[in-house]
Amino acid sequence: MPPTMQPPDIVETRGISKIYEGDIQALKGIDLGFPQGQMTTLLGPSGCGKTTLLKILAGLLAPTEGEVRVSGVPITGPGPERALVFQDFALMPWASVLRNVGFGLELRGVAKPAREETARRYIDKVGLAGFADRYPHELSGGMKQRVGLARALAVNANVLLMDEPFSAVDEQTRRQFQEDLLLLLTVEKKTVIFVTHSIEEAVYVSDRIVLLSPRPGRVSRIFHPAIDRSRTSDQIRRDSAYLDTVEEIWQMVRQYLN
Amino acid sequence: MALWPLPGPSFPFRESRDGETGESKRQVGSSALMSEHAAGTKTWPSLLDASTWLFRLVSIAVLFAAWEIAGRVPISPAFPGFLETMASLIQMIADGRMGRAYFQTLEPLVIGIGLSALVGVAMGVVMGLSRTFQWAWEPVFVVMQAAPMAALIPLITFIYGIGTTAKVVAVIILAAPVIVLNSFKAVRNANPSLIQMCRSFQGTGRQLVWKIIIPDASPVIFAGLRLGVAAGFIGVILAELLITPTGIGDLITYHRSVAEYADMYAAVFSIIVVAAVTVGLLEKAENRYFRPEKRTGRP
Repeated sequence: MPPTMQPPDIVETRGISKIYEGDIQALKGIDLGFPQGQMTTLLGPSGCGKTTLLKILAGLLAPTEGEVRVSGVPITGPGPERALVFQDFALMPWASVLRNVGFGLELRGVAKPAREETARRYIDKVGLAGFADRYPHELSGGMKQRVGLARALAVNANVLLMDEPFSAVDEQTRRQFQEDLLLLLTVEKKTVIFVTHSIEEAVYVSDRIVLLSPRPGRVSRIFHPAIDRSRTSDQIRRDSAYLDTVEEIWQMVRQYLN
Repeated sequence: MALWPLPGPSFPFRESRDGETGESKRQVGSSALMSEHAAGTKTWPSLLDASTWLFRLVSIAVLFAAWEIAGRVPISPAFPGFLETMASLIQMIADGRMGRAYFQTLEPLVIGIGLSALVGVAMGVVMGLSRTFQWAWEPVFVVMQAAPMAALIPLITFIYGIGTTAKVVAVIILAAPVIVLNSFKAVRNANPSLIQMCRSFQGTGRQLVWKIIIPDASPVIFAGLRLGVAAGFIGVILAELLITPTGIGDLITYHRSVAEYADMYAAVFSIIVVAAVTVGLLEKAENRYFRPEKRTGRP
């Protein structure tokens, strides 16, 4: 999709820099817009500050310079319009799937019957029907991440922030999950900001790919993979636009590795 | 911490008392490490349960048989066998000596452990949350944990006399540090990812402490409580041996002085069993009331 046709940005960053203790510059001058209803991927080699940027967008880290605006309003911390999906799932081991999924609502003071009803609905949506009373240690990695996704969806935030959500699951689960996620998002209409280090994953799921350079992380280039998603996943993965984009990004990333 | 292995009957009670104190301290230290390791990972597959119990029974039977053989050899005239000791134990329970002794011993033990648990967990949690509080109190408990308890007994009697108060203090000095320090470390090392999760869903500070940090810390807090209870038993027996002979300490001292070794060993044996069973029950209670994820009964 050419940039001129983009919907308005719901999340914007203005001159974000982050310097960690000991003068480690993780990010430098990040100016980005995240269009409403689109899936934007932050892609880059490890150490490029993509997770740092996501945590700044989530309001969990304060930038050293610059600001984040959500719907035009500068943020000061986490907010109800953003929900985070964690790389390591961040599930409470002492709580059932039902309580984990409803936890965001529990923190907001939603009464138990109401939040359990919502939680059950999202447990069904992510394909975990029948697992509501299980505990995290009884689930596989992929199922745990579905719980994490259901928890983020249950608070009904407009913006979904996902921090390498599939990095801790095996390849088959990962592909299945990617497809389920895309399907779910066509229904849920969320703006998704997705961190990954996998080029294939980025090209497969994203409307936009923001490639970050290694430390200090800067916006290196923005790609708009023009992929027709009406086809099956196997067709997409063999599509020349898909393969060309993967190759193009790989050539850029390879320069950073040297 | 499971109910076994039961400590053998040949531990050096009759040797110098100071040596014995050192021994007990070292045991507490090493089992602290073990419990912290086991706390998070232990699961009980139901298929193994039966064989586990069988294994335990065999292990205990072997121990008692060895004891009986050692008593019959005999390795020392002052070392009665298992059966003789059990006969004394039954006799002492029947004539009420055991009951009266436990009544006396349990008073300072229960008060001391109760105070250590309530105040200790609270202090440890606050130390974990506040660096200022940690700065003020951590050295106190580190010193208390490191100090050889027997060396402090004269000081305790000097300040608190020889009554129940002194014995309660002895229990607290031994039980509190491990409870406080475990709670402190558990809270300080609460899973940072869960803390971020709670913050990202706009949890308040109070929600963060009560819904995330304390539940996440509770396995290690409970490990500290079990160790604290075990240490409390050491404290009360030391106090009864070194301050004034009462309760179980009196039974041990008295029967040793009149050379009724079977009675003395019966008292020693009973306190070990009571301590081990108490600690074991604590773990069961923890699993039952605080660990819903461990009682699903699913593999």
